[in-house]
Amino acid sequence: VKYVDEYRDPLLAERLLANLQKTVTRPWTVMEVCGGQTHTLVRSGIDQMIPNKLRLVHGPGCPVCVTPLEMIDRSMEIASRPDVTFCSFGDMLRVPGTACDLLGVRAAGGDVRVVYSPLDAVVFAQKNPERQVVFFAVGFETTAPATALAVRQARRLGLSNFSMLVSHVLVLPAMALIVNAPGNRVQGFLAAGHVCTVMGYEQYHDFAARHDVPVVVTGFEPVDLLEGLLMLATQLEAGRFKVENQYARSVAPEGNRHAQRAIAEVYDVCDRPWRGLGVLPMSGLRLRPAYHDMDAELRFPSTAPSSIEPKECRSGEVLIGLLRPDQCEAFGTRCTPEHPLGAPMVSSEGACAAYWKYGRFANSDLKSASRRDG
Amino acid sequence: MKSTTFSLTCPAPNADNERIQLAHGEGARLSRRLIRQEILAAFANPFLTPLADGAILPDLGGKLVMTTDSSVVSPLFFPGGDIGSLAVNGAVNDLAVSGAEPLYLSVALILEEGLPIPTLRRIIGSMKEAAQACGVSVVTGDTKVVPRGAVDQIFICTTGIGRLRSDANLGVHRVRNGDKILVSGTLGDHGLAVLSAREGLDLGDQLRSDTAPLHRLVATLLESGAEVHFLRDPTRGGVAAVLHELVERSEFAVRLDEVRLPVSPSARGACELLGLDPLHVANEGKLVAIVSADTADAAVEAMRRHPLGSQTAMVGEVVISPPGEVLLANCFGQVRIMDEPSGAPLPRIC
Repeated sequence: VKYVDEYRDPLLAERLLANLQKTVTRPWTVMEVCGGQTHTLVRSGIDQMIPNKLRLVHGPGCPVCVTPLEMIDRSMEIASRPDVTFCSFGDMLRVPGTACDLLGVRAAGGDVRVVYSPLDAVVFAQKNPERQVVFFAVGFETTAPATALAVRQARRLGLSNFSMLVSHVLVLPAMALIVNAPGNRVQGFLAAGHVCTVMGYEQYHDFAARHDVPVVVTGFEPVDLLEGLLMLATQLEAGRFKVENQYARSVAPEGNRHAQRAIAEVYDVCDRPWRGLGVLPMSGLRLRPAYHDMDAELRFPSTAPSSIEPKECRSGEVLIGLLRPDQCEAFGTRCTPEHPLGAPMVSSEGACAAYWKYGRFANSDLKSASRRDG
Repeated sequence: MKSTTFSLTCPAPNADNERIQLAHGEGARLSRRLIRQEILAAFANPFLTPLADGAILPDLGGKLVMTTDSSVVSPLFFPGGDIGSLAVNGAVNDLAVSGAEPLYLSVALILEEGLPIPTLRRIIGSMKEAAQACGVSVVTGDTKVVPRGAVDQIFICTTGIGRLRSDANLGVHRVRNGDKILVSGTLGDHGLAVLSAREGLDLGDQLRSDTAPLHRLVATLLESGAEVHFLRDPTRGGVAAVLHELVERSEFAVRLDEVRLPVSPSARGACELLGLDPLHVANEGKLVAIVSADTADAAVEAMRRHPLGSQTAMVGEVVISPPGEVLLANCFGQVRIMDEPSGAPLPRIC
């Protein structure tokens, strides 16, 4: 794979680690915002190679994880309709709702399909005019341009049988929530490289200055993360709170203007509930009034009672870095990938899933027992 | 807009109609004609040709090994193979890794009403070719037709019978601490080829299924004198599933070395894009062999001499602790637990 191997180079990693050892003299707590970064850190073992004084906490940047229970329940209600073909990214299918999950809906006869791109759902709608095709539009600013294009394409084709269940969220309001939360320990951020590829990082200057936290826009490969951590530690040690860009091979300061225009044309910013965190003001995207005819929530009004998130799942605390997955009492016992209490255990970017998959258990006896029983 | 052409002729059951109809499965004239023209013509041999309800086989003079396999892959045709070659090689490989010399197959076809007969013919042709290449005979079979929608075009069930080789002594109970783990070539090619064909993903045209019969590679390995303890073909769930099954049924752990795993550049690229792990992806022509440490080098050398094993690599070893775990050491020297895939990221790949 071109352009990947150099970011997994053990010698380069070793040099960066040695540099990090020299740089870090005091204890610091920093957060990697994106779930993809969490998985690289745990998979490669970087979290166990870096200096003890540098503590990593895992951030909220897993779009599947932060989708609230009410939205999952809503998706299952719509997907259960006999006239609906429900299209989703594969990750969402195993996220537990109140009654079951989308895989359960499919097993019970619902037409639930995995697509790799929202445009595939538009093509399906075009080919199957007798079906109501609904796409589950989840994700941060990274997936929003693609779902915006899908809506525009459906409009261009004049499709009346395509709609979207929109649960897009924005990353900056979540970062603000974290630094403002009582008990916050996060002193610096590795910002999510792919979100910045779309949105740029100009919006972080104000955030860094206001909260006295350095922000380093960072990629997803082991060497990216080590370099990002080194840049962050250097700032913290020097008492600087700037925005820096480690991921310059992908991120321009202003981001991708085309993608931003697509988002702005189709969506406006709204308050949105996050799993375990409640409603965050101005933290999500919804379809603009001009596209309300493609809003699945309006097209298929809900008759179900409102959803109540299970108290046992502490995903809210995990998502903002107050609780490490293996510190959760349910982790590996009452919550496993086969029987998840919450989305972070089943999403490919979920922190709980990473700890499970790569065998990070606080209690090693528990590990063998629970993994064996499944 | 393209207009659809409707045929105004009544689709009465007749053999000239080029699609499978329910009448093809009713056992009457149309059934017999289909079997004679399409199936018997391809597989003819003294056991099958009488078309009795069962084939009477000669005394094989040894222990028999029997296996069964169902092929439901979608799409039916994919780069490197099709459902027909997969059905034959699948049963042959299950016999091969059991230490058997494959001899006979039974084939059950479940056909969907409306399946184009040229499609069936192409699949049967591919089965014939695969069976000939393996040196096995199709000695009995069955054909059913189900209404449109009850299956997806065609499902094939193959049952294989083989004679246990006298030099094979294989099983989980034979695995010892320190044994070496070999794989016969690049991982994940089949699953990725099928996935990209099904989803129309453009992942480069080098992605081809590795479907191939393994019994001659197994013979080469066993005849090399290497002390072979355990063999598997890593199909669904990939190498990860094979090793998890092994550690679950023994008191050992296994430790793999990530940098030694053979993965083709195209498969690696596809896995990067799709977020898959090559260790979790299916193969249809690869061998996982566990051999004693002192004969491992000889085993690698022998396997590399066979065309299907030219990229054989020693990828890890059996260790004592922690029992029941599959460990993976990465290029940074960090060791982590490698989980099994849960759920089905790639449905209907075989």
